[in-house]
Amino acid sequence: MILPVLSMHLVAMVGKDNCVGMRILNVEDDERIRASVKLALEDEGWIVDEASSGEEALVIFKRIPADVVLIDIMLPGIDGFELCRNIRQSSDVPIVMVTARVDTDDVVAGLEAGADDYLTKPFAPKELSARIRALLRRVRPSVPGHSRLIFGNLVIIPDEGKVLLDSQEVNLTKTEFRLLCELAHDPGGVFSRESLLDKVWGYGYFGDGRLVDVHIRRLRIKVETDPANPQHVITVRGLGYRLQP
Amino acid sequence: MIQILSQRVIPRHIGLRNRILLTFGAGSLILSGVLAFTTYGFTKSNLVEQRESASINQAYINARRVQNDLIADPTDVDEALDQLGSMERLLLFNNVWGTSSALFGPNQVPPLLQTRVIRDLVASRMIINFRGSSTLLIGIPLPQIHATYFELNSLSEVASTLRSVQLALLFSTIITTVVGISLGAIASRRVARPLATAALAARAIADGRLDTRLEPTNDPDLQVLTTAFNYMVATLQQRVERDARFTSDVSHELRSPLMTLSASVEVMQARRDELSERSQAALDLLVGDVTRFQGLVEDLLEISRFDAGAIRLLKENLILEEFVRQAVSVSSLPNTEIFCSPEIRDVVIRGDRRRLARVIANLIDNARLHSGGKASIFISRADDPLIPSTQLHNVWIIVQDDGEGLVEGELENIFERFSRGGAAGRRSASEGAGLGLALAREHVTAHGGRVWAEHRSDGITGSRFIVELPFETGTSPFTTTTEFTVTTS
Repeated sequence: MILPVLSMHLVAMVGKDNCVGMRILNVEDDERIRASVKLALEDEGWIVDEASSGEEALVIFKRIPADVVLIDIMLPGIDGFELCRNIRQSSDVPIVMVTARVDTDDVVAGLEAGADDYLTKPFAPKELSARIRALLRRVRPSVPGHSRLIFGNLVIIPDEGKVLLDSQEVNLTKTEFRLLCELAHDPGGVFSRESLLDKVWGYGYFGDGRLVDVHIRRLRIKVETDPANPQHVITVRGLGYRLQP
Repeated sequence: MIQILSQRVIPRHIGLRNRILLTFGAGSLILSGVLAFTTYGFTKSNLVEQRESASINQAYINARRVQNDLIADPTDVDEALDQLGSMERLLLFNNVWGTSSALFGPNQVPPLLQTRVIRDLVASRMIINFRGSSTLLIGIPLPQIHATYFELNSLSEVASTLRSVQLALLFSTIITTVVGISLGAIASRRVARPLATAALAARAIADGRLDTRLEPTNDPDLQVLTTAFNYMVATLQQRVERDARFTSDVSHELRSPLMTLSASVEVMQARRDELSERSQAALDLLVGDVTRFQGLVEDLLEISRFDAGAIRLLKENLILEEFVRQAVSVSSLPNTEIFCSPEIRDVVIRGDRRRLARVIANLIDNARLHSGGKASIFISRADDPLIPSTQLHNVWIIVQDDGEGLVEGELENIFERFSRGGAAGRRSASEGAGLGLALAREHVTAHGGRVWAEHRSDGITGSRFIVELPFETGTSPFTTTTEFTVTTS
């Protein structure tokens, strides 16, 4: 019984070495979904921890920090949004929201609560893996000799993963940080939403532009002195966004 | 069942406002007309009476003077008549007519009056037409001297007074009517204003703003409308929200088992090689139908969202040709040839990226099922021979196939739900549930466009499906915003 599963693990480890040993915490109240997703994700090489409620998830996350958290929005007790905000208070871990209701404002609300990406049920676990791998990609290496990128009162240190605003360290999530570094790669250059979707999330033409919009909004709250009147992350009407050099 | 409530048969082409205007105008015209006529009548009879009695008094005085003169000197008739001034008068004295003027002779006195005055000796009066104007002719018998006195009294002053009264009344009638019509206009506007507000509100509701309400009013008449309207909208909103919630719940309930199915099937597929041939065949069937079921659920949910009015379009500016190429590249025939007229290559359309891509994907699926995998796409400006092309603000995305074509009836009903067209009975795993074209139509309609099917016009069997979408005029992709706008329909 054990042997074939182990051998599958080996296959998976060889094929997808970039997620070997990576822990994913799957928060889902439907037992059957949880079980099937665990099977499929383990095939992809992940170590899967499970929680059936938000409260349980917080306990498990405190004990064994996961590399990625997968949260179903409709949970008994504290819901997915609340759980997301709770985790965000202490961690910059990538969070993927799962929703069964695409027709509501759940997507935007989930992203506002701090999720990095979202998927709609039913999704293929392979697709989920691809999404997470995109979120876990490393920051593009910065130009040599530019260990510090300075934009007025905003300082980015890509190699250390740090951002300083008025010399105070700002806590960005991994995705927010990658988005900022992407913009900082060509200061003053305009990035369309499509290109940001591609570079940060690995989406093609049909990616959801709201991902970019909400992340920009979240980024502004953290790196702008006055988020309503941004000085660093500028909207270029009709084109996209740029970082003021 | 549609029930049309109508109260009375009213000429349909006269609007409510015009009817009010007409009522006010006609009312004030009739009222002021009647008033003018009575006023005129009273004035006329009064004036004429006064004038008559004054003239008669004067005539008696004159007659008496003539009589006295003639008693004093019976020979000088002319003298007696002349000294009375400029009035025209006649005197029959000793059977001889004397006159004060050459213009006035006895033959101008109507015989009837002559008989009454001369023979019957009754003082009488009569209005005659003398030299074109109405004149009062008074006859007074003077039996003491066996004479008869006739006197003409011009009524022209009275006539001119009456004419000015007439004129004044006519003017006042006109003014009253005009004022009446203006009041009618104001009143009709006041009456129509709540109607216009209600119409605006109704349109807003139709556009999806279900929280629109009419402002409550103190006017008891309007209150009936306002209350009924707001009650209707509240009921409608409740129903739409209930339907949307139901759809959302159904969506959740259906997606959950599908999630388990698709994850489990993926696990099994990864181990396909470990399975026996029979199990592999069964797994393939399972995979095929899980995929099909998933598609069916998605389509059903989407179409029920349309029915529940819960569709929210995420509209963005899309560069037409780029968009179509991208949509084709993720469809089931990614190598489909695309021909685009050069002049609309950079045209920008506003649309929901993923939903419009579904339209193209569904039309390509349809072409694939009916033409054995060959389709081509043409993008052009909409064609209407009656309208110059520069004024046409629609584009056509045409998906053409060289399949067996559609029979006459199918052109109409192929967009109906679960219509299966020529493919009836030929069901394969890749085939949709027959909702693809119905959904395409819903999506296109939600974007303010239309979609229809026709036979190929170039003599080759096959059909073409035309999607007509409006594009933004005078825009280039670099001057417009790409911010999202969410529209509900």
